[in-house]
Amino acid sequence: MKIGVPSAAPNAITSDLALVTAIRSGDQSAMAALYDRYSSIVYAVALRVLQDTGAAEDVLQDIFMQLWRHPGAFDASRGNMAAWLAVIARHRAIDALRRRRPENDIADVIVSVEPDFASDADRSRAMEKVRGALNTMPPPQKSALEMAYFEGLTHSEIAEKTGEPLGTIKTRIRTGLLSLRKVLAT
Amino acid sequence: MSAHEQFTDDLALYALGSLEGVERQTLETHLQNCASCRRELELLRGDTSLLALTTAGPKPPARSRQRLMSAIANEPRLPAVVATRTPERRSWWPMLGWLPNLGWIAAAAAVIVCIGLLRQNSNLRQSVASLQAQFTDQGAKLDQTTQIVATLLDPEATKIELVAVGNKPQPRGKAIYQRRNRNLIFFASNLPALPAEKIYELWLFPANGGAPIAAGLFKPDARGGATIVNPPLPQGVAAKNFVVTLEPESGSHESPRGTPVIVGIGE
Repeated sequence: MKIGVPSAAPNAITSDLALVTAIRSGDQSAMAALYDRYSSIVYAVALRVLQDTGAAEDVLQDIFMQLWRHPGAFDASRGNMAAWLAVIARHRAIDALRRRRPENDIADVIVSVEPDFASDADRSRAMEKVRGALNTMPPPQKSALEMAYFEGLTHSEIAEKTGEPLGTIKTRIRTGLLSLRKVLAT
Repeated sequence: MSAHEQFTDDLALYALGSLEGVERQTLETHLQNCASCRRELELLRGDTSLLALTTAGPKPPARSRQRLMSAIANEPRLPAVVATRTPERRSWWPMLGWLPNLGWIAAAAAVIVCIGLLRQNSNLRQSVASLQAQFTDQGAKLDQTTQIVATLLDPEATKIELVAVGNKPQPRGKAIYQRRNRNLIFFASNLPALPAEKIYELWLFPANGGAPIAAGLFKPDARGGATIVNPPLPQGVAAKNFVVTLEPESGSHESPRGTPVIVGIGE
């Protein structure tokens, strides 16, 4: 079974596409609408990673400027805007955290997504399920997952930090991710 | 079909960007040849986005929106480059399946980008040409103004006043005053030579009836001419009149004590 990231409602996807189309033609109000819709997600992820409001604002600015310059980078056929932006925000924030140049162009970031939910409310309920799964996860597993995702640590760094074997860290991270996927399938 | 068993753990780390070294290189090599592992990687990336989407926090400050809107308003748009990738070609890493078409894709992209750059270049050239024209025009006006002022103020310039035939030249003065910027230019001509230990002093008489304000001491040249440019004056004083008086050599400053020599007659 194929399980994807929850997407916005079909009409919301259409709206996203309409906005992106308008942005392609230089419509600044469409850019403002898209910002109003998704800036909270981008900012929350960046702030979680960077723990610094100024740096998070810079990431927010950078991502939406990239979208303004290259609206064609978003491919709605393979991912919803929210998930795509969230992943890009995490990448950019980790890059900023490590003070390195961006490793991926936004057009190269593909997130496999299916429109599994009929509405934003369904999506919110799904996110609650994912949060619940995170909270019931064994603490070492949750910690490894968060260190890798929100702190940008490599598996070697996590192993060194926790004193756990490399293989254990690898397995915890994989099974942790799969458990998030499974909770949406139930 | 799931990913190859030996790569399952590494795929998860790779999706998080946490795989490094030889393991990363080995996996990337494998991914070039394994569609099922590529598909699993995309799903894992979707799983990681779940982590991001569950993040909650404060909304960005309002200034961020203003900053973005200002930035996009000031940034010229680059021409849109539309991606034409097929699903199998969308991925993070180069895949073998891309290779036969890579040259055509690169060439097409290069042509599109070149067209865009040429247009942008043309627009920039027009903008630069327009700015250069404005700059040249402003420069010419500045040169003209500088020459006029230099001519008026040059003590070596020949200054001859014309009067009605048969009339004897009389002492004259002209004050040009701009209240808003406190600019004052005063020209005098045909003033009598100064007596010993005396000096001329210009006075501004406020329109509100206040005390006269000293606007500069001066000595005329051999032809009786003199110029005062922008003496220190208080802010925002409306002028009713200007008067030149003959004062003791140190000037009177507080209020005119000497004899009026020339008096303004208004516009």
